[in-house]
Amino acid sequence: MTQIDFMGKRKAAYIISILLTVIALGALAVKGLSLGLDFTGGTQVEVSYAQAPSLDEVRDELGEAGFGNYSVQTFGADTDVLVRLQQTFDEGIGEQVLGALRAQGEQVRLVRAEYVGAQVGDQLRDQSGLGMLIALGVVALYVAFRFQYKFALGALISLGHDVVILLGFFALFGLDFDLTVLAAVLAVIGYSLNDTIIVYDRIRENIRRSQSSDLIRIFNDAINQTLSRTLSTSGTTLLVLLALFFLGGDMIHNFSLALIVGVVLGTFSSIYVAAAMLLLVKLEREDLIPAKRENAADDGMP
Amino acid sequence: MLNRYPLWKYLLILLVFIVGVLYALPNLYPKDPAIQISAANSSTSVGESELARINQTLEQAGIAVKSQESTDGTALIRLENGSQQSAARDVVSKALGQGYTVALNLADSTPQWLQGIGAKPMNLGLDLRGGVHFLLEVDMDAAIDQRLDVNASAMREALRSEGIRYRNNTTGDNAIRFTFANAEDRSQARQLLNRQYNEFSLANDDEAGPTLVMMLTDQAVTDIQDYAVNQNLTTLRNRVNELGVSEPIVQRQGPNRIVVELPGVQDTAEAKRIVGATANLEFRLEASDSTSADQQQAFDFRNDSGRRAALERDVIITGDRVSSASTSFDDSGRPQVNINLDGPGGSQMNRATRANIGRNMAVLFIEHKTRTRTVTRDGEQVEERVPYTERGIISLATIQSALGNQFRITGLDSPTEARELSLLLRSGSLAAPIYFAQERTIGPSLGQQNIDRGVMSVIVGLIMVLAFMIVRYKGFGLIANLALTVNLTLLIAAMSILGATLTLPGIAGIVLTLGMAVDANVLVFERIREEMRGRSIQQAIHTGYERAFTAILDANITTLLVAVILFSIGTGPVKGFAVTLSLGILTSVFTGVMVSRALTNLAVGGKSLKKLWI
Repeated sequence: MTQIDFMGKRKAAYIISILLTVIALGALAVKGLSLGLDFTGGTQVEVSYAQAPSLDEVRDELGEAGFGNYSVQTFGADTDVLVRLQQTFDEGIGEQVLGALRAQGEQVRLVRAEYVGAQVGDQLRDQSGLGMLIALGVVALYVAFRFQYKFALGALISLGHDVVILLGFFALFGLDFDLTVLAAVLAVIGYSLNDTIIVYDRIRENIRRSQSSDLIRIFNDAINQTLSRTLSTSGTTLLVLLALFFLGGDMIHNFSLALIVGVVLGTFSSIYVAAAMLLLVKLEREDLIPAKRENAADDGMP
Repeated sequence: MLNRYPLWKYLLILLVFIVGVLYALPNLYPKDPAIQISAANSSTSVGESELARINQTLEQAGIAVKSQESTDGTALIRLENGSQQSAARDVVSKALGQGYTVALNLADSTPQWLQGIGAKPMNLGLDLRGGVHFLLEVDMDAAIDQRLDVNASAMREALRSEGIRYRNNTTGDNAIRFTFANAEDRSQARQLLNRQYNEFSLANDDEAGPTLVMMLTDQAVTDIQDYAVNQNLTTLRNRVNELGVSEPIVQRQGPNRIVVELPGVQDTAEAKRIVGATANLEFRLEASDSTSADQQQAFDFRNDSGRRAALERDVIITGDRVSSASTSFDDSGRPQVNINLDGPGGSQMNRATRANIGRNMAVLFIEHKTRTRTVTRDGEQVEERVPYTERGIISLATIQSALGNQFRITGLDSPTEARELSLLLRSGSLAAPIYFAQERTIGPSLGQQNIDRGVMSVIVGLIMVLAFMIVRYKGFGLIANLALTVNLTLLIAAMSILGATLTLPGIAGIVLTLGMAVDANVLVFERIREEMRGRSIQQAIHTGYERAFTAILDANITTLLVAVILFSIGTGPVKGFAVTLSLGILTSVFTGVMVSRALTNLAVGGKSLKKLWI
């Protein structure tokens, strides 16, 4: 078994974590999340050209057709163009945009058109923020129930750390944050928690089994014992996510990216943040002992 | 320590696996592109002769037919080639003429014996098969205002017939207000109305003269809103059915929204026009010389700009009295709508026309529309909807004889307009105006592309995980891989059985599950490796599975909690992700713990081993 002194290097880990969190918060405050259509409301039309168009020409054509307040970007392939309009919806907007773009006789095909009402977007935004908070709250309660409230605190901080940095990542690079990315963030909460619980489970077991009160050693042992598992699972998960990122297509590009970043963060935080937090919240051996009744939960083995 | 399962456990696991394979199997049979033909009204049917005509038409157009079947007056023609699907629809639709609905369809090709046990493939979401998605919002305020107006006019009538005079009557803010000359009239009115209208709570208000305020109770407001949404749901279902879309979805979402999903539909403009249309008809007499000025109303002609006619204010009947409607062409080839009225409508029409032979009767076309404009209020941009109503005369003709419950309307622009009007008259009008709150169109090529990409990611992801596990855990990696394959089978089977909808994020959920599902095995194997120090091999295997169990359970329950929350806030595709993630967690706990244990027991249980290939 490897024997790495993780806890001994926790100061360095603190600095990295705090630095990343500060950068993330800064990016969120200064640049903000670039919310996708799901949340902002508005109209977006994806079209596919037979030959890659010049984006400036596309913009000119839209301007000439009388559209105001639009943005044009390529989407995946350079023959695919995504037009975003902040205007309210109009019947057959897809056809109108196509009409404008075909003005010069180009061959353009409608791939998809979406419209989200401003009210729906607002509502979804509130709902999503609330959902994220509820998710964090519920899992914290579960951990408090199954372990102990100090563990719940540690898990919560570690999850918050992952979520903030992940959101900051999206803000910093101006990546589109849409509903699928939100789903990814929630999945990251689930994944990171999964990791954290494995480490906590081992810490709990080791505290009960050993007579020692040297928590740092116990934590180090627990992390080292689970390290091989942590890396294996992160490894397989990252493998499939990379497959998704490169092969899954543009519509879930940001989704896979969020998960990849999240899994890396989750792995880091369950090794460093989650365990180190237990030291900060002053976990003591007595918090878990006497633990006679806990054995009841070990019944019903497969 | 022998590590053996009792026989029944092996059999149970085997049974679950076999059931899983059977129910997952239909997904391997690709769906056939097909067209579905059904009778649009009771006078037509799809029988042998129609089938023969369809076949002939398709043959002439050079479209290869794979097979055909007909059940309950609906024919399903499976095509060899998906790219000819819409061409097939067009030629068949043209050949059969009106009276038939021809729709695009993706037909299951599950073999008979699998259908026999109720096995069917997963439903594909719109992002995988193309189509349109609408989120409609029912205008609740308008529904309430309408009800208030109806009640207010009935109340005025009641007061008048009792000889109680009122000075002023207004409606608004969920209330009807009557102002009287004196308090005595008010108390009389209060007594009268209190008896008849129990959905209102009554109160006196003396701020601007003696006023009676009749406020809708909260219960009444809820009832009206429920009624409006449910009525609209019914109407929308009728309309969508008329559109001839296979497997449409029309369902309520939340208190005031309705989701409409039309797979395979590409012409959004038509779909939107019909789903959102609020057109109706009114039949009125033309004003005669004896009609007093305040009983007259002038309207423009719809298709003849500049021409106007004055009509009587009284409406004979509205389009709500239409029981069926169809289109045809008159002798000179102009489109017309043939209308059948219901019983009361027929007698009202008969009474009104009998007494007015020789006068002109107008058909008024009414459409409720809204304009959305952005206004700046308190420095913030707010969208405001301004409802307006368009009324235009479509025909004005002399009453030759008393009309019964059957007659024709002419004066329509085009066959399309005639068809849409008859459709709207058949399906009924909307109880309250609706607005499009959200709309998505996904082209069919994007859908297929998404499926291909999704399947590719699943395959590549699976192969990589399988390889990883073999390299890392050798013999036990093989066990984990078998368990993972069973897991994938069970997950697909569970989704097919539950009728869950597969979306692109749903496929992503499957891929993610593949990566995370091996976690349970990884935990166990790592633990066995650890426990092998100082224990016998069988003991290590036993303890490994046992010790890892609580960790596996806790870790998966929490992830499941998050997935459930995601399910409750997500919509459409994201819900699909939450569903696959949750089901994946359940199946992976089963396979990671039970199946892999069974395989381990079978492979090494009961043997005295010196070394474990792990």
